[in-house]
Amino acid sequence: MKFRRVKFLSLLSSIAFGVMLSTGCQEHAKTESSPLITIDKDPFPSTYQALPSETVVFNNVTILDGVGGRIDNGAALIQNGKVQQIGDSVEVPAGATVIDGKGKWLTPGIIDVHSHLGVYPTPDGGSHADGNEITKPVTAQVWAEHSIWPQDPGFRRALAGGVTSMQILPGSANLVGGRTVTVKNLPNRVAQDMKFPGAPYGIKMACGENPKRVYGEKGGPYTRMGNVAGYRQAWADAQDYIRQWERYEADHKAGKNPKPPKRDLKNDTLAGVLKGEILVHMHCYRADDMGTMLDVMEEFDYQIASFQHAVESYKIADKLADKNVCSAMWADWWGFKMEAYDGIKENVPMVHKAGACAIVHSDDDQGIQRLNQETAKALADGNRAGLKISKAVAWTWISSNAAKSLGIFDQTGSLEVGKQADVVLWSADPFSTYTQAEKVYIDGGLAFDRANPEQWPVADFELGQTGEGDVK
Amino acid sequence: MSFLNTMKKTAITLTLFASCAVMTPMVLAKDIAIVGGTVHTMSTSGKLNNATVLIKDGKILDVGTNITVPSSFEVIDAKDKQVTPGFMGAFTSLGLVEVSSWAGTVDSTSADVAVSPTGAALDVSYAINPDSSLIAINRMEGFTSAATAMNNTGALFNGQGAVMSLSGDSQLVEKPRAFVVTGVDNSAADKNGGSRAAVWASLQQALLEAQSINAASLSPTNDWHGLTSKADAQALSKVVSGEVPLLISARRAADIRQVIALKQRLPSLDITLIYATEGWRVAEEIAAAGIDVILDVQSNLPYGFDQLGATMANAGRLHKAGVSIAIGIETHNIRLARQEAGNAVANGLPWEVALASLTSNVAKIYGVDDNVGSLEKGKKANVVVWSGDPLELMETAEHVIINGDVMSMESRQTKLRDRYLNRDNSIPVQHNRP
Repeated sequence: MKFRRVKFLSLLSSIAFGVMLSTGCQEHAKTESSPLITIDKDPFPSTYQALPSETVVFNNVTILDGVGGRIDNGAALIQNGKVQQIGDSVEVPAGATVIDGKGKWLTPGIIDVHSHLGVYPTPDGGSHADGNEITKPVTAQVWAEHSIWPQDPGFRRALAGGVTSMQILPGSANLVGGRTVTVKNLPNRVAQDMKFPGAPYGIKMACGENPKRVYGEKGGPYTRMGNVAGYRQAWADAQDYIRQWERYEADHKAGKNPKPPKRDLKNDTLAGVLKGEILVHMHCYRADDMGTMLDVMEEFDYQIASFQHAVESYKIADKLADKNVCSAMWADWWGFKMEAYDGIKENVPMVHKAGACAIVHSDDDQGIQRLNQETAKALADGNRAGLKISKAVAWTWISSNAAKSLGIFDQTGSLEVGKQADVVLWSADPFSTYTQAEKVYIDGGLAFDRANPEQWPVADFELGQTGEGDVK
Repeated sequence: MSFLNTMKKTAITLTLFASCAVMTPMVLAKDIAIVGGTVHTMSTSGKLNNATVLIKDGKILDVGTNITVPSSFEVIDAKDKQVTPGFMGAFTSLGLVEVSSWAGTVDSTSADVAVSPTGAALDVSYAINPDSSLIAINRMEGFTSAATAMNNTGALFNGQGAVMSLSGDSQLVEKPRAFVVTGVDNSAADKNGGSRAAVWASLQQALLEAQSINAASLSPTNDWHGLTSKADAQALSKVVSGEVPLLISARRAADIRQVIALKQRLPSLDITLIYATEGWRVAEEIAAAGIDVILDVQSNLPYGFDQLGATMANAGRLHKAGVSIAIGIETHNIRLARQEAGNAVANGLPWEVALASLTSNVAKIYGVDDNVGSLEKGKKANVVVWSGDPLELMETAEHVIINGDVMSMESRQTKLRDRYLNRDNSIPVQHNRP
């Protein structure tokens, strides 16, 4: 992975240690001259611990593998946290739980690429409004994980909807809102406990109305053109920052004993994007806003992983396919603001059919609970428009495509041998209104079992309160 | 600034003008026979298999299984289809809002208004825009009428709502001043002095003033020193007499109990609860008080300390206790109320009741059930033919009939879709006319 935890060197001198504390940097001691200062890219490492993995065989079940495949009357084996076998039939290891999946469906766990759980938790008063650092238009220095409240009751609701992983983002008030974080939906005591091990970081950016509405009377940007100047200047500053560090490293290598550049948390993150280490997820509604950003992306030589909301992606789906940019979309939200006025119900399937990467996302603590239903609506609307898409292919919108956009597809996002056992057993066809997630496994651990209320997770906040442990 | 405002206004005018051209529904004033479908009458006739619905002069001529179709009637084949009354938006701001945020006037909200310090007199029946794009967008998905009201006046009452048709006619108001809206939840407290102690004192006072008024006290020359204005008191006088329903937002069980107590103090009030998030905790009492509820089914999170008990099981539990429920609190996407109803079914609400929560139960709340909400001889012909189970996500409305007219299945959204689905890449997009 791109982020390696550099271990402390045991021979670190107390002076070097002082430098490290004051800069947050770490040291590669090698000569008698000042040690090379490097930046720790993983100062808040994941402490994720999965539930004990079950060994489960699912038989006679309809399988959607999340990469477009479907097996009717199929079987799957999960063990040791991984998908071990999948096909028409599988071995039954000693001690395995065997589930008759007749009438039921088995899918990869849903991945929501756009959630504010934890950073805008419930209850939703000002005390909990930790998602938008509305102080400056570019706040690349803030990290969503530092706002996450693991006791947000929303995580458990999303779990009951079959969500096993999600990206948590800062809000969209700012041109650059800050770092996103990808988590497993298994909250524990601190935010690090749910961080998806090895997942790359993302950065949240925003086009259009929100930044200009928030900053128009506070020094700007006041307009869309002001927004774009803001992104471009931020990238230009990050380029300069990279050059400073490169010069420092080259001078150090040449034995010139240079002074390291001043650490700038904002530019650390922006530089990470330009170096291809941090993925860009950009809130953009209008086709023309997205079109502008495709050129900014070329100008500063970075890749936008996804446009978020992307209400007008259907207008430029060919361009998005060409530039390899995903669109994360709602099935049918529209009209709540001007840039959402041209929303149509066929957006997701039209983007998909144009050969671009389509994702169904929620951006909502209720929508996250039924992304399967949102996918079903988008699929049905697309097929009525003649787009001819199967349920198996549509499931990629909330599994493999989502995982790819977050850089975690090598680990999850499909039911393929060797992948993490993030699996949902549905009571019936998950494209039906009436279907519910019966069992949700994360890394093979049974995180939610609808039939066993005593085992349902309950947030600290809900303990001792009305509704504790109730069906939600 | 003035230049900007002018630009903005021009843009809005152009948009509305374009919408007008799109929205005119195709009206086919013919006699219609819907034949062979499974008909959910939502009346004492219940569900009829392989049934026929006859429509003439905008009314339902007949519904049944043994009906001969007159040869002059245009036939809609509903074999393997389901037929229901047109769905009703239980609580919306349709016709009052085009774009909610930062794009010009929104008639579903208001600032302080001199004539109506409590907000009771504000009357949306003057504000409904029949050319709003939301109407066709929701109509083509099976919604044929709606209750529409303001959602924020900043005052004690959110004005007087109306029952409206979603036909393409120039006049959509079917029942003006059909109900008055207030609230006693956190959000109402925050807007009215910051405390329930203030909300209830105000509400009690306003209703008492309305009880005390008479024609003489409303005269312009008469001194009136109330919390309410004369206009407010006049609007509320029909509430205290029970002629006009009072809709009250309440979420926690304690607030709902206070509403029930209000009903006991003023038995003539015709109260319907909105949200009733913790209604399941006091379901028996709500049922005993004869209070209906309008639910936001999917709201299962503790957004505030007055909704800690939020659960998707609320609808099923309320029904089980005998409470009559309606489902659907939305505007741009009131069309999604059928998904909500389906989710309520998944969480314990019987399917037939879920369908009633979108049709007959809504009509009863607003006192228009003699006319809409069910398929019975003589009632208004608001009928929808569905491709299958109307509560299923992947099914859709195939024919929508309002007042006996077959509605166009076209909207601004379908036109946008068709433009970009069939775009001729060799010419600019605006030259592609769908």
